[in-house]
Amino acid sequence: MHPAISVIFFTVTSGAGFGLMTMIGLGFPMHNGIVAAFLSYLLGGGLAVAGLLSSTFHLGHPERAWRALSQWRSSWLSREGVIAIITLLLFAVYALIWMFTGQRIAPLGWAVAAGSLLTVYATSMIYAQLKTVPNWHSKLTPFCYLAFSIASGLLLAGMIGKATLILGLPTPTIIVIALGIAWIIKSVWWRRADTIGFSQTGSNTGTATGLGHLGKVRLLEKPHSGENYLTHEMVHQIGRKHALKLRAIAYILGGIIPVIMCTFALFITPVFFLLIAAISMIIGLFAERWLFFAEAKHAVSLYY
Amino acid sequence: MTLLPAQTNKKLGLVIDLDVCVGCHACVVNCKEWNTGGYGAPLGDVDAYGDNPSGAWLNRIHTFEVTPDDAPAQIVHFPKSCLHCEDAPCVTVCPTGASYKRSEDGIVLVDESMCIGCSLCAWACPYGAREMDPVENVMKKCTLCVDRIYNDNIPEIDRTPACVRTCPANARHFGDFADPNSNVSTMTRERGGYDLMPEMGTKPVNQYLPPRKKSRPEETTEIAPAFVPKAGEGLLGWLDRALEKLG
Repeated sequence: MHPAISVIFFTVTSGAGFGLMTMIGLGFPMHNGIVAAFLSYLLGGGLAVAGLLSSTFHLGHPERAWRALSQWRSSWLSREGVIAIITLLLFAVYALIWMFTGQRIAPLGWAVAAGSLLTVYATSMIYAQLKTVPNWHSKLTPFCYLAFSIASGLLLAGMIGKATLILGLPTPTIIVIALGIAWIIKSVWWRRADTIGFSQTGSNTGTATGLGHLGKVRLLEKPHSGENYLTHEMVHQIGRKHALKLRAIAYILGGIIPVIMCTFALFITPVFFLLIAAISMIIGLFAERWLFFAEAKHAVSLYY
Repeated sequence: MTLLPAQTNKKLGLVIDLDVCVGCHACVVNCKEWNTGGYGAPLGDVDAYGDNPSGAWLNRIHTFEVTPDDAPAQIVHFPKSCLHCEDAPCVTVCPTGASYKRSEDGIVLVDESMCIGCSLCAWACPYGAREMDPVENVMKKCTLCVDRIYNDNIPEIDRTPACVRTCPANARHFGDFADPNSNVSTMTRERGGYDLMPEMGTKPVNQYLPPRKKSRPEETTEIAPAFVPKAGEGLLGWLDRALEKLG
């Protein structure tokens, strides 16, 4: 599949933003005061909104984006939009009360956390629902999205918050555990993606044309001499060229460097090292998300 | 509304006869011609006369080579357009309601004024039946020439999809699959019409008729006796008999 930069940016940043909103909503210890509360709100909500706005850039008609809120009964894309907006509104109310009264209303926070995780789940289901793309069509896909969202949200919360201990463990240790879980799920996802092919449905050029029973089927001539929308969007291959190198980059920037930085953060100036960890992780996730699209093969490629 | 109708009164669609198609692309061209002036925005092209032309088409012909284990390869021209699936995944993923399947006749359409151009429907379709218009930035697809088949302003003979009307080999047929006695239902039954990628669970309406079995040299066939040279009357007959006598 064609890796659109706007969609990669969207899934990574809104994932991190909703992850941070989840942590704040669950009551992660943050600095109090009107400015601190506002900045926390700005980082979480800002990342989420920046991602959602970016996603409209790949639309043919961004000015009609509001129409996407109407078909939540059947469409995961529509559900994502609806849940995201409700969650952002709840988070705005939560943040306003927090800013002006210093109180963080727990039940409202839980609703924000639940809405944030549901939004990320809906995002992942946009891809996981597609039978035409076997790499994505897996229960592991939502787990990947949720795990990365939680890990990056926890990392950001650890950076701007004031928690030294979470569940009895030092905050950087908890972040390392979350990162570890996320990358283990992703490596399982990658291992599956490497071997899945079209075995899920058993599709091949023979079933695509229905001529398989006659013999070996091979495309002799394309319908057109140049590229078309289908070959550009769904039979994209250039992005796969450096797949192994990009996976290494994703592991190093998204996993290993943040873990090393978290280890430093256990001993000295946590904010500084957690900031480097967060930046590194986001860049690593861009590489991971690029491959999510670029390595995915679409059933229509069986006709080309 | 992107929920699929529970059932449709008619199931309009095409039968495509792979035994007959000669791969002339006339259906492709007539489809483009009709649909660039009919329903919705024109079918856009980019760099049409330049080095790297591309554009939106609703019907394309691939050519496949099929090689049996024990016989020479054969060529199959393979026209492909929207199959107007009963369980159309392109419709349910649409976030805006622009994509819909009509309950009266089963045609899958896009309301272009509501389409945001998110591409998700094209991703959901296993057949590559939907293409983004590079000029209008809305999703384009086969309409089964909805603006021809019900059109009282054109002669009755023309009230079929443009691809069917133009096919010089009669490889494309239009009709109602809900009627078991229609032309398309009969053809499908008698010739073993089949679904493309049935494993995707889309329940396509359009049916493909397989190439007929090719005769092979070692096999006796019904038409072979006609080709055994036979002496007739006249000069050639006399010559044949005379030469036979020589042993």
